Amino acid sequence: MSLLEIRGLQVTFGGLDALSSLDFHVNEGEIVSVIGPNGAGKTTFFNAISGMVPPTEGEILFDGESVLGLDPNQITEMGIARTFQNVRLFPNMTVVENLMVSQHCRTSQLFVGALFQTKAFKKEEREIRERAEEILAFFGTRLTGYRLDQPAFALSYANRRRLEIARAMATQPRLLLLDEPVAGMNPMETAELTGLIGRLRDEWGFTIVFIEHDMKVVRDVSDRVVVLDHGVPIAEGSYESVSTDPDVIEAYLGRPLESRKDRR
Amino acid sequence: MTGVMRNRSARRVSGVDRFLTVIRVVMASLIIIGILAFVAQQIDPNNPFARWRNPGARGLTGDQFKGLLISGLSQGSMYGLIALGYSMVYGVLGFINFAHGEVFMVGAMSGFITSDKLHAAGWWESNFLLSLTVVTLIAIVTSTFTAVITERIAYRPLRNSPRLIPLITSIGVSFFIQNAVMGLLGPATKSYPKLPEWLTTVRSVDLGRVFVWIAGILVVVGLLWYLWRGGSREKDPTADAGELPVSESELPIGEKVGQVAATLGISVPALRWLVSVWIALLLLGFLVPGKVLIFAITGTKITVVTVAAVSMAGLWYLVERTKTGRAMRAVAEDKEIAALMGINVNRIIVVTFAVGGTMAGIGGILWGLLFRSVHHMTGFLPGIKAFTAAVVGGIGNMGGAMAGGLFLGSAESVAPLVLMEPLGIPGVSQLKDAVAFTVLVLVLLFRPAGLFGERLSQEDRA
Amino acid sequence: MTATLAPSGSSVALDWRRALLWGGICALSLVSVSLIGLPVGMNKRILIEPVLSLGYLCLLWIPLVFGYVATTVVVLEGVEARKSGTADLLAGLTAGLMGGIGLTLLMVGLDTVNIRKPLVNWSPQLFRLLTFERGLEFGIPVWLGICAGLGLVGAVLHQLPAVARRVMSWVLFGVMAIAILEAVIDDLAEGFHLEWLTDAMYYKKGGTEGLTVTSAVVLALVLAALPVVTGGRVKAAVDHYRDAPSEDRRRTSLVLFGAIGVACVGLPMILGGIVNELLANVGLFLLLALGLNIVVGLAGLLDLGYVAFFAVGGYTTSVLTSSNSPFFAPEWHFGIALLFVVVMAATAGLVIGAPVIRMRGDYLAIVTLGFGEIVRLLFLSDWLKPYFGGSQGITKVNPVELGPFKVQGSDPRSVFYLVLVFCALAIYVSWRLQGSRLGRAWMATREDEQVAEAMGINTVNAKLMAFVVGATMAAFSGAVLAAKVGSVFPKSFEILVSIIILVVVIVGGMGNIAGVMVGSLVLIGILGGPRQPGLLQEFQSYKLLIYGALLVFMMLKRPEGLVPSARRSRELHQDEYLQDAWLGDDAESEEDQGAPS
Repeated sequence: MSLLEIRGLQVTFGGLDALSSLDFHVNEGEIVSVIGPNGAGKTTFFNAISGMVPPTEGEILFDGESVLGLDPNQITEMGIARTFQNVRLFPNMTVVENLMVSQHCRTSQLFVGALFQTKAFKKEEREIRERAEEILAFFGTRLTGYRLDQPAFALSYANRRRLEIARAMATQPRLLLLDEPVAGMNPMETAELTGLIGRLRDEWGFTIVFIEHDMKVVRDVSDRVVVLDHGVPIAEGSYESVSTDPDVIEAYLGRPLESRKDRR
Repeated sequence: MTGVMRNRSARRVSGVDRFLTVIRVVMASLIIIGILAFVAQQIDPNNPFARWRNPGARGLTGDQFKGLLISGLSQGSMYGLIALGYSMVYGVLGFINFAHGEVFMVGAMSGFITSDKLHAAGWWESNFLLSLTVVTLIAIVTSTFTAVITERIAYRPLRNSPRLIPLITSIGVSFFIQNAVMGLLGPATKSYPKLPEWLTTVRSVDLGRVFVWIAGILVVVGLLWYLWRGGSREKDPTADAGELPVSESELPIGEKVGQVAATLGISVPALRWLVSVWIALLLLGFLVPGKVLIFAITGTKITVVTVAAVSMAGLWYLVERTKTGRAMRAVAEDKEIAALMGINVNRIIVVTFAVGGTMAGIGGILWGLLFRSVHHMTGFLPGIKAFTAAVVGGIGNMGGAMAGGLFLGSAESVAPLVLMEPLGIPGVSQLKDAVAFTVLVLVLLFRPAGLFGERLSQEDRA
Repeated sequence: MTATLAPSGSSVALDWRRALLWGGICALSLVSVSLIGLPVGMNKRILIEPVLSLGYLCLLWIPLVFGYVATTVVVLEGVEARKSGTADLLAGLTAGLMGGIGLTLLMVGLDTVNIRKPLVNWSPQLFRLLTFERGLEFGIPVWLGICAGLGLVGAVLHQLPAVARRVMSWVLFGVMAIAILEAVIDDLAEGFHLEWLTDAMYYKKGGTEGLTVTSAVVLALVLAALPVVTGGRVKAAVDHYRDAPSEDRRRTSLVLFGAIGVACVGLPMILGGIVNELLANVGLFLLLALGLNIVVGLAGLLDLGYVAFFAVGGYTTSVLTSSNSPFFAPEWHFGIALLFVVVMAATAGLVIGAPVIRMRGDYLAIVTLGFGEIVRLLFLSDWLKPYFGGSQGITKVNPVELGPFKVQGSDPRSVFYLVLVFCALAIYVSWRLQGSRLGRAWMATREDEQVAEAMGINTVNAKLMAFVVGATMAAFSGAVLAAKVGSVFPKSFEILVSIIILVVVIVGGMGNIAGVMVGSLVLIGILGGPRQPGLLQEFQSYKLLIYGALLVFMMLKRPEGLVPSARRSRELHQDEYLQDAWLGDDAESEEDQGAPS
């Protein structure tokens, strides 16, 4: 059974179908990339899965259980985490605090523990901190050391994107949704992050779905590629098959004058 | 590292939602029961259902009810004028300008000073209309000045601050103005001089006749306007055709309607609205039995409602039909893009505050005329209620602000005796203020976007 | 403020327009302040006998400030600042002079016209005050001279080294403070048997107060000498504290708090009744402010109806402990009543919190304001009079008896100690919650609620918790108020209270316990609470004016408050922080050397 199973997803805003009749599935341990021209509905797709936008129709099953109608924090508790296209960190909290707060749903100490400084409370705080540092160490020494206590708004752009991913990791998900993880990075940073995505699956066991525009990344790391255009999946398969698919090329580049195919 | 602790995920309906549903149900039932009890006591005060909650039920006579409605509407039109300022500032800058109530108070106060001086010089009685004009102008000048100054000093430096900071600052400004006025003019309540007889006598107005007259005038004016515009349109084929109809071009009737609307220079929905109002006026004028539509109303209240309506019309014209108004709407939609389109955003914001201040100043004078007493705290409660009115009508939406004001004014006036007394609550006049706040809470619970929908820029939408 | 960008290093010709503009505003301010009544009202309070009263001080600071402001040069990072020259001195002089002209016109007007009808302070007293009781011929030149002189001094301040400026403000502030705090210092001196010192310092003759001229001068010199003597060690210590690792900082904080605790316990023994009453008030409002600090400062919910919880606590206690309670008078002990207070507060917090939980920030403010008013109106109403006493409230609340200790209004020291206990509790709870999972959840919710939800935080529950905790603290304060005053009236629970507490929290430092403590002490102690006078009785009528002006000023100039938390000032001055980091911290460029492990 797939980890994430989506059937007939439809998201309509006013008169516009952002997504229609979308079927999608991800198996545990896969890395799937979702590509498509701008406005294809990719971020809406993530928003629907993570509960920020209610689908008009369709079914979303995570590990067999429906996530429709749940609050975003409940969905995160179930094991789906996401990053945002326009990095939305908690700007005035420090790097380590960003990660500590993301473990909220995996921890249980109530304020009673804080008030009385119980052993359980202190133990949990210690564990939270250690886990945060462990996750940050995954990105090298960039986000460690003195950086831990810097406010998030002071980080460079690339570091912010990395922190965004680290934060999603901190919620201990099974499925990680990355929205344009390498957008705006230079080639060196991109290459590094591509390797990291692979390691996220290999070393940490996450199942990953990511949206990208950078085809090199898509080619290097995805097991499977899904192409969306105008809210509808138009192709699916390995990178090679998808990148030569005429429908996909048309979606990105437009149709040649000679062939007038009415696809809609 | 992917250990998942799957907590028991509750369904969407949380405790809070259930609690809110309970509140909705309770409030709705209270309102319905109250209204039913009222209706019962109107029909027969000895009816057991009427006496159930309120043993002393007497019911209201038609005249009393109409009186309540009239005071409610006149007070509501003032709330509406003040609400316009709140709505515009919220639409443009995205925060509640607490100090706007004090702008209203300043207008009322300066009106008092001027009218007092004129009264002392004897001109108030001899040249009432002239005096009134002078008083109004001075009030407008002072309140506009106050509004513009507060923007310049307290709000402009905070243009890029997190949202709550200008709000808190406006609370400080509000306090400051209240107490500065108290310091300058003393804490005693001030009274406007007496109004002339012809204004304060109670007249009997047959609203039915008035409606018929208005309908007649509308037809005549509309016809003349149509002919004039139609003529000039033929001369100039490239003239602005207004908003063309969208999807009714299939139907022949629809096409005619569209053409008529285009000739008149208004949109099709506006034309439809106008025609329905006209039909409603005629129906009410002819079909409703004479006695029902006869109201006992003082000239003062007529003045208040008329002046408010005229101001509203003036504001509508400014916002919809002038270049400045267009710029105001653009800035309200998106400040950055408006700046890129060459609009001087700072100047437009000043204009927004000024216009809001003018409306509040007019409201202040009307308040002075109606209630004849002002005090340095006069702006506080009406300010909050006016903001409630703006929210009720839909924030950012000017027609909504006025409509919200009228609604709130009438609710405040009518609810205590129509809703609360039948429910057996004693001393309802004290709880009049609570009605306004309750309306605010209910509207924000049941319909957060307001009755007519809000108009906000993208960045201000939560 | 329009800055004049000049070629760096040169001084420019006098910018007449700017000087005249500020001069005009200076004149307007002076006239307005006079007409609002501040000088006359404050005149009775002598600061330095016989030369300076608080009334005159209200006028004197204006030309000084405007002289300073009119000649401020905007300093751009990286651009060499234009040096202040004679042109600036002239500008300051002009600005001050124009202020003097304004006052002249006012004096002349007072003498000739009578417009007392609208302007109540257009009075002979004002005239006498302005002319120093010696008529126009004396008053006009004197004020022109004084204002011009002060304007000049203001301009000169720019040309002094920063150190001199700091010393000057420290001296001025210190002398004023000592003059104002005469009552407290007197009491303290009595307690420590140092009356001779205060007798020497203060005038003490003929019933008037204030420093003598000699003592003022001496104090000024002493205060000026202090920074020289300590040689910047205080600043170094403060900086050291700020930069220290959290463990050391913790220890120092604990020591500091311990010292404050000892002072709080010890001092009331020495201080007299009036001061203790003041301190008790400060304590009550501190408790309220601590609660609001959690709601506004930590969770970011602007609750303007906070006074409702205060009322709930007061009325619950009264109903349960008073013999005069109309409907239900069990006359239980205060301690038992407290348990019910907690329950009622939590319920109120949930009831008021639940509807507003999903609203935008400003709507939340207005709706909670509405709730606050509704609660007060309900307590005031005839409808609920059988339960709550209507406008007469509930009287005859018994004093609290805790074993051998009796806490009642007539013994302010006992009230203070009771309040102290609650405050200590509140401080502890705030402190612990800040560093806990819940505190972090609040921070995240405040920063970006949508993302917080995406990170697994149940923001609804977090916000409700904030309401409940805040409500409980306010309710405790209400309980103590009931015991102290012996009765509760609806009049004590107006919106004004919420707003004053908000000002205290913000001016002190939002989100920051020390800030809130300082804010309460300074504001409630000196200016007074909504209905309670502060140290300066004269301020009673102008209290709210000053609160309003202070709030606006703080929001414009220093939104993080008097005692900012590092986090808050970082938040509000992001640009400066980033610029500093960019200019000073080259570590960013090392960033790319850190490859993943």
